[in-house]
Amino acid sequence: MHIAQNWRLKAQRYRLVGEVCEHCGAKIFPPRDICPNCSHSAKESFEFSGRGEVYSFSALSETAEKFQRFRPYTMALVKLEEGPLVTAQLTDVEPDKVKIGMPVEMVTRRLMEEGNEGIILYGYKFRPMLDKVA
Amino acid sequence: MLKSQRSVGIVGYGAYIPRYRLPAREIVRVWEGGVGGVPIQEKSVPGLDEDTITISIEAARNAMLRAQIDPQQIRAVWVGSESHPYAVKPSSTIVAEAIGAAPFIQGGDWEFACKAGTEAIQAGLGFVGSGMADYVMAIGADTAQGRPGDALEYTAAAGGAAFVLGPAEEGVAVVEASLSYVTDTPDFWRRQGASYPSHGQRFTGEPAYFHHITSAAKKLMAEMGTSAADYRFAVFHQPNVKFPQRVAAMLGFTKEQYETGLLSGTIGNTYSGSSIIGLTAILDVAKPGDRIFSVSFGSGAGSDAFSLQVTERLPERQKLAPSTQTYIRRRKEIDYALYSRYRGKLLLA
Repeated sequence: MHIAQNWRLKAQRYRLVGEVCEHCGAKIFPPRDICPNCSHSAKESFEFSGRGEVYSFSALSETAEKFQRFRPYTMALVKLEEGPLVTAQLTDVEPDKVKIGMPVEMVTRRLMEEGNEGIILYGYKFRPMLDKVA
Repeated sequence: MLKSQRSVGIVGYGAYIPRYRLPAREIVRVWEGGVGGVPIQEKSVPGLDEDTITISIEAARNAMLRAQIDPQQIRAVWVGSESHPYAVKPSSTIVAEAIGAAPFIQGGDWEFACKAGTEAIQAGLGFVGSGMADYVMAIGADTAQGRPGDALEYTAAAGGAAFVLGPAEEGVAVVEASLSYVTDTPDFWRRQGASYPSHGQRFTGEPAYFHHITSAAKKLMAEMGTSAADYRFAVFHQPNVKFPQRVAAMLGFTKEQYETGLLSGTIGNTYSGSSIIGLTAILDVAKPGDRIFSVSFGSGAGSDAFSLQVTERLPERQKLAPSTQTYIRRRKEIDYALYSRYRGKLLLA
């Protein structure tokens, strides 16, 4: 696991901090310093609400080695309220309960860990919107 | 009695309880041949991607939703737990980054068995009460370890609560006073590197739980000149259902006063989160003017007692974050096999 690389990404991983374009107002995630909408410079930080809906998804039972302990789980494209599509793991939901259009919200969870002695990586996942399930 | 010169209040509060539930009858089925009584109905179990840090983050976010302050105004983030994911590396720094409070803060992890969270709250009362800080985030959270087949496996659960402490004039509840009672009493412990705690069986009752809670509670009420009848609500550390019911009766509190905060029957013992998750459930329904009496207990051993009074600001803040009962209702029942997997009790190599 690349400690420095993950450390640099902590704001976007922990809090969904992206950018907003000062020229066209587009909200950008992940941050990339250039607006994908108008191609101008975009470096102003913007913290997303974390609310969105499932745009598309795929249930995984065979996974990369580092995610084996979570299987089976669902990967989704989540359409954030502010516009961008984010690829993320869904949590607190069984794969057969996921539907396109399902309202979801961001939570910060364990993404992976380096065995019993290495770093634990935390970051965003999405779960069914709490007020819709309880 | 601990009482700061500058009056301090709870400005925001929040809870988090994982989704999974293990019914106690599952443990009876696996370990007792299906025969025997159970101390609770079911307990909360953390998912594969949850730990004390993730629980603390969600509880803290809920507290921030109710506090309605800029996270950069917070001057300390303290996490009390006996299940910090790292032995060396603070939980508090990750929680602080996740809520946007870093970097100009105090950060630290507290440990005092099940009262680490209330110890952090008391430190926060001092920090704000002295004028050194305007806001402190104090958290108690755990993913408690239960040795397979042990009596404590029925109740060892997961959850947490977070409190933003600040000036009393901004509080949803004012902390009238606090008090701690601490002795060297070896009722329950976990040695460095050990996976599961050990305990002194019946020794955990009279000389530990009951002695410390009643000593702290009686002393605080005596110094304040209050009695059980002065409070609308009371909440105590809840390692099971019977202990808090009995200690409440010993102190003169009635069922009407303790039932709102007594959650162990349906979520188990959330250790550092135990009494303070109960407190959040009370704050979800309390009304201005209500007084609340709260006492934690941590093995080893000690108790922190608090006297609170709800202000006019509480009703408008209650609905700004999910209620504690919302998390309790969100339940997915699992069996002992899935529980074993989720809690890492299966050795793969």
